[in-house]
Amino acid sequence: MKEREFKKIKRRELLKLAPVLVLGAFAIPKFQEPLLKKGLAFSDWASGELFRRNHLATTFEDSELTPFDKFPINGYDVEDPGVDLAKWSLTVTGAIKRPGDYKLEQIRALPAFRQNTRHICVEGWDVIGRFGGARLSDFLSMIGADTSAKFVSVECADDYYETLDMETALHPQTLLCYEMYDRPLTREHGAPLRLNIPTKIGYKQAKYLTDLKVANVVERVGYWEDQGYSYFYGL
Amino acid sequence: MREEVVEVESAKSDDRSLAAKEHPWLVRFTHWVNAISLFVMVGSGLQIFRAFPSFGAKIPQRDLLNWPKAYAIGGWLGGGLQWHLSFLWIYVASGLFYLAYETFSGNYRQVLFVPSDIKGVWPMARHYFFFGPKPPAGEAYNPLQKLAYTSAIGLGVLSVLTGVAVWKPVQFSWLAWMMGGFHYARLWHFLVMWGILFFLFGHLVMVVLHGWNNFMSMLTGWKRNPDYISR
Repeated sequence: MKEREFKKIKRRELLKLAPVLVLGAFAIPKFQEPLLKKGLAFSDWASGELFRRNHLATTFEDSELTPFDKFPINGYDVEDPGVDLAKWSLTVTGAIKRPGDYKLEQIRALPAFRQNTRHICVEGWDVIGRFGGARLSDFLSMIGADTSAKFVSVECADDYYETLDMETALHPQTLLCYEMYDRPLTREHGAPLRLNIPTKIGYKQAKYLTDLKVANVVERVGYWEDQGYSYFYGL
Repeated sequence: MREEVVEVESAKSDDRSLAAKEHPWLVRFTHWVNAISLFVMVGSGLQIFRAFPSFGAKIPQRDLLNWPKAYAIGGWLGGGLQWHLSFLWIYVASGLFYLAYETFSGNYRQVLFVPSDIKGVWPMARHYFFFGPKPPAGEAYNPLQKLAYTSAIGLGVLSVLTGVAVWKPVQFSWLAWMMGGFHYARLWHFLVMWGILFFLFGHLVMVVLHGWNNFMSMLTGWKRNPDYISR
């Protein structure tokens, strides 16, 4: 083979690697944000596909619990938004048959569940906590929710907000949680009512709930999600 | 493994040299896609690590190291996660294409460390690290090289498995369980990264030492006068 011919072959082989340069789109400021958004959305879609409604998160023995005083208090804003516990009720709206204000006693009257599950923060730390409350699915049937709707969203006394997919809302370990470590929720942990979702990352487990809505469309997703965190973040 | 060999006639003189097709297109393509995605995965992974640079308890928190923000990708935790969760698919896809190609084309014989390579590892290590004599080259990769590449590919697979255990410890609870639960899976994921970086350091040193002709073979596929082919 002649040298020139060989060089031509080599050049052609080099050019065949050009598709690699497509990845350079991620370095172009104009494309970067939309591409990363698509990547995150794809991961969320995959997470939704991987989620199984009847697959339970591992539960732990009491001896494996993180001591209550070592369970981090993670508020985005204040540790105590000053909820008037005596007057508190959960305002329920949306695609449901019986909207209105629900008292804590009504939620406590539903079958109670207690579970020792792992709580994982998006930052990377994890603790094993004991949570007690009513199944969100039981509450949804009590209020006559249309479970074919896509979302269950909540609002909180500290202006935090969150949105859950219906599949996760109906998961048997998803609790409207009013107890931690067999005691009523303390103010720092979200009294009087918070979410406990062992199949989701920590920031989905909103505290100090004040409103709950069942809907097919949401205007805003969640406090962190609207800043760029994953919406689904199923574990 | 026998590479395709051609004889190249020089344009200026009567010299003839040999050239071997060392790397098929798919190997080169996935190599560079992997290089880029690995860079992003490590950079964004360290960004995520910065949010909780410890493998102990949250209370009290003892930081392992304070990784500088300038050497991380994404700017903040959310940004790091976006990069990590986007590029993981590119990283995994390039790995799967590579593994599938190697398996079905038979090209794996070039890289896969097999028991008969064991005896050749020490002479090669002695040559590199203790100024021993250079063992004769019989194939494209020497036994030590095969050991390094095979380990690196194994670490790549482990990086994905440990990553899945960290990302989906509930859906893949068996995987997390095998690694000692989410908490330890996160530590394994971190250690596997350092294993890959250790390989990468050695890899880059060897690339520099072996010069331009060797480097270009990963771009064009062809290597001039490879030492494993004698005339």
